[in-house]
Amino acid sequence: MTAQEMPMPTLAPRTRRPPNWLEAWLGHDVYRTVKGLVTNPMSVAGMILLGLFIFIAAAAPMLAPPLPNADPYNIPRDGYGDVPKSPGTEWKSRQPPLPFWWKAVTGKDQWVHLMGTASGQWDIYYGVIWGTRTALFAGLTITLCGVLIGVTIGTLSAFYGGWVDMVFMRITDLFMAFPFLLTAMTLSAVLTPRLGKGLLAPMIALIVFSWTGFARLLRSDILSLREREYVLAARVIGVKDTRIMFRHILPNAIFPTLVLASMRIGSYAITFAGLSFMGIGAEVGFADWGQLLSFARDWMTQLREYWYIVMYPGVTLVLFVLSWNLVGDALRDVLDPRMQGSR
Amino acid sequence: MAEAVKTSDAPQEVLLHVEGLKKYFPIRRGVFQRHVGDVKAVDDVSFDVYRGETLGLVGESGCGKTTTGRTIIRIYEPTAGHVIFKDQDLAALRANEMREMRRSMQMIFQDPYASLNPRMSVLKIVGEPLEVFHLANKEERRERVAHLLQLVGLNPDFMVRYPHEFSGGQRQRIGLARSLALNPDLIICDEPISALDVSIQAQVVNLLEDLQQELGLTYIFIAHDLSMVRHISDRVAVMYLGKIVELTDRDTLYAKPLHPYTQALLSAIPVPDPVIEETRQRILLEGDLPSPANPPKGCNFSTRCPQVQDICEQEEPPFIEVEPGHLCACHFVKPAT
Ligand SMILES: Nc1ncnc2c1ncn2[C@@H]1O[C@H](COP(=O)(O)OP(=O)(O)O)[C@@H](O)[C@H]1O
Ligand SMILES: [Mg+2]
Repeated sequence: MTAQEMPMPTLAPRTRRPPNWLEAWLGHDVYRTVKGLVTNPMSVAGMILLGLFIFIAAAAPMLAPPLPNADPYNIPRDGYGDVPKSPGTEWKSRQPPLPFWWKAVTGKDQWVHLMGTASGQWDIYYGVIWGTRTALFAGLTITLCGVLIGVTIGTLSAFYGGWVDMVFMRITDLFMAFPFLLTAMTLSAVLTPRLGKGLLAPMIALIVFSWTGFARLLRSDILSLREREYVLAARVIGVKDTRIMFRHILPNAIFPTLVLASMRIGSYAITFAGLSFMGIGAEVGFADWGQLLSFARDWMTQLREYWYIVMYPGVTLVLFVLSWNLVGDALRDVLDPRMQGSR
Repeated sequence: MAEAVKTSDAPQEVLLHVEGLKKYFPIRRGVFQRHVGDVKAVDDVSFDVYRGETLGLVGESGCGKTTTGRTIIRIYEPTAGHVIFKDQDLAALRANEMREMRRSMQMIFQDPYASLNPRMSVLKIVGEPLEVFHLANKEERRERVAHLLQLVGLNPDFMVRYPHEFSGGQRQRIGLARSLALNPDLIICDEPISALDVSIQAQVVNLLEDLQQELGLTYIFIAHDLSMVRHISDRVAVMYLGKIVELTDRDTLYAKPLHPYTQALLSAIPVPDPVIEETRQRILLEGDLPSPANPPKGCNFSTRCPQVQDICEQEEPPFIEVEPGHLCACHFVKPAT
């Protein structure tokens, strides 16, 4: 059969839908991901919650103005008494400046303890508001560092294979062999006297044990993608190994790792809070949810009366974790390879 | 249907000479990854490919066709054997030398949905060979890609689109355009139509044939049944469990198959004529393809061969030229002397 006999028709693509400008601008994958996220009610709920937390973190100085010349991350305290005061109690001593909206909303000149005080008269409201920054900072930083280390190790391991892979994976196994919380606690406790009480020790402790999951996941995704036909095709047309890795494999292998990361942010924030709760995290009085919860320790038997010392920071922490998990779950669904047929 | 008649007695230039090619995949077990055996995916395969022809490579799924193709082009490192292409032994080349050779030898893949990077536009995909060999600047690349797309029957305007926007047949054309970008001499087509709708298959085969005429290409065309390669092949090699059992020109193979396995394969093809179809004798093969990790003693086909004799289970039959240009590996097919 020759070309004259059967003229080749010029074929049109299957979908006639013109690429919409947003898709053109974002690129197909990002567009599809974003679209998947905004059409899923769970993820919308998660993103609204998350948006709220980001707003609170950004607007902290307006929501809870700190005392002049004081470190805003130090929770202001109203005296030194042991017994918690209930929400709505008026500030007596060292009252921070009134936020501008307070008068507009209530018509009063007097600042109150919106969420009450914990034992030691630490203001719970200030702790919750400024603690949002701490939670976001700790969760994001720990995850980001963990992902960076994990991605580096996973990529090197899969790229070089052989003994490099062997060594890296045995190290990973070693780090995974310990129970995460226990070792992180121990390391944080060991580091705290050396680095001083503060955010650094618990964060380093968590980072050290956080990267293993990312490294393993990425490595196995790279290894399976390496046998995909488009990667073989790239080799056949003479693309060099490093370019194959960065152009063809990593961009397609990284998404599950990022999804895992988004789901881990919440849990690192809660673990970090846990370390603070146990006193091997942030210093006393630092705006941190775990820290706040630890003030409730002496009143556990009387929570019927002093519910607010647990309720406010506790619920905030749970919502924070929930928001990341909702977004992460939705991301996973959108990026699930089995859903790729719907592209 | 006008089929180009190719004379087999004209002197032909051997473009690719494969000799004793083996590819064993090691099987490793246990903590220490002990080597406990091999999957003998390709086990001592030899054949020539002449310039300008299409060699069909046929066999049941799992018999080692893909591995043969990939080992020739060095996606897999050969375990043994030689692949002589343009006076060079590809099996002995270093990686960077092989990279240069890739410009003359290309491959298209079976699964059109897996063979294009979903994150790259058609322009990037088809233009990548030009980019990595620094053959054209951005502008020239665009032009060349447009030309290549036209060549495979796609609208050049679609180069800005992504693979998911195309159907299987169109994707296969994109893959073909990519493999043509470097002006290769030989293209290994690994079941390029098996994954496509029957209605599309003929279009792609015709396109391959037209391009062969136009560009003087040589093909190794892999397929899992004899009906698919009948139209396009000049010669056909039949593979069974890692070995070639019969190799001859197409017409001889379909008219006078010698190996019992070829006969069985041919008998399974339905005949369009209902009268003949009625009376057609089918040779049914019993059992499954044996595992290439543990091939039978003697002739690989002995476990399923309808004509099996004692010798078949003892000795491996040599792959010999029975008639000029007709090779076969069976104890009961002897050269006519
Ligand atoms: N990368 C690999 N590792 C191990 N075994 C493989 C690999 N690729 C193929 N095989 C095995 O080699 C044999 C031949 O496979 P293949 O060449 O894909 O056959 P075909 O293309 O004829 O269907 C099969 O048994 C298959 O399981
Ligand atoms: Mg195959």
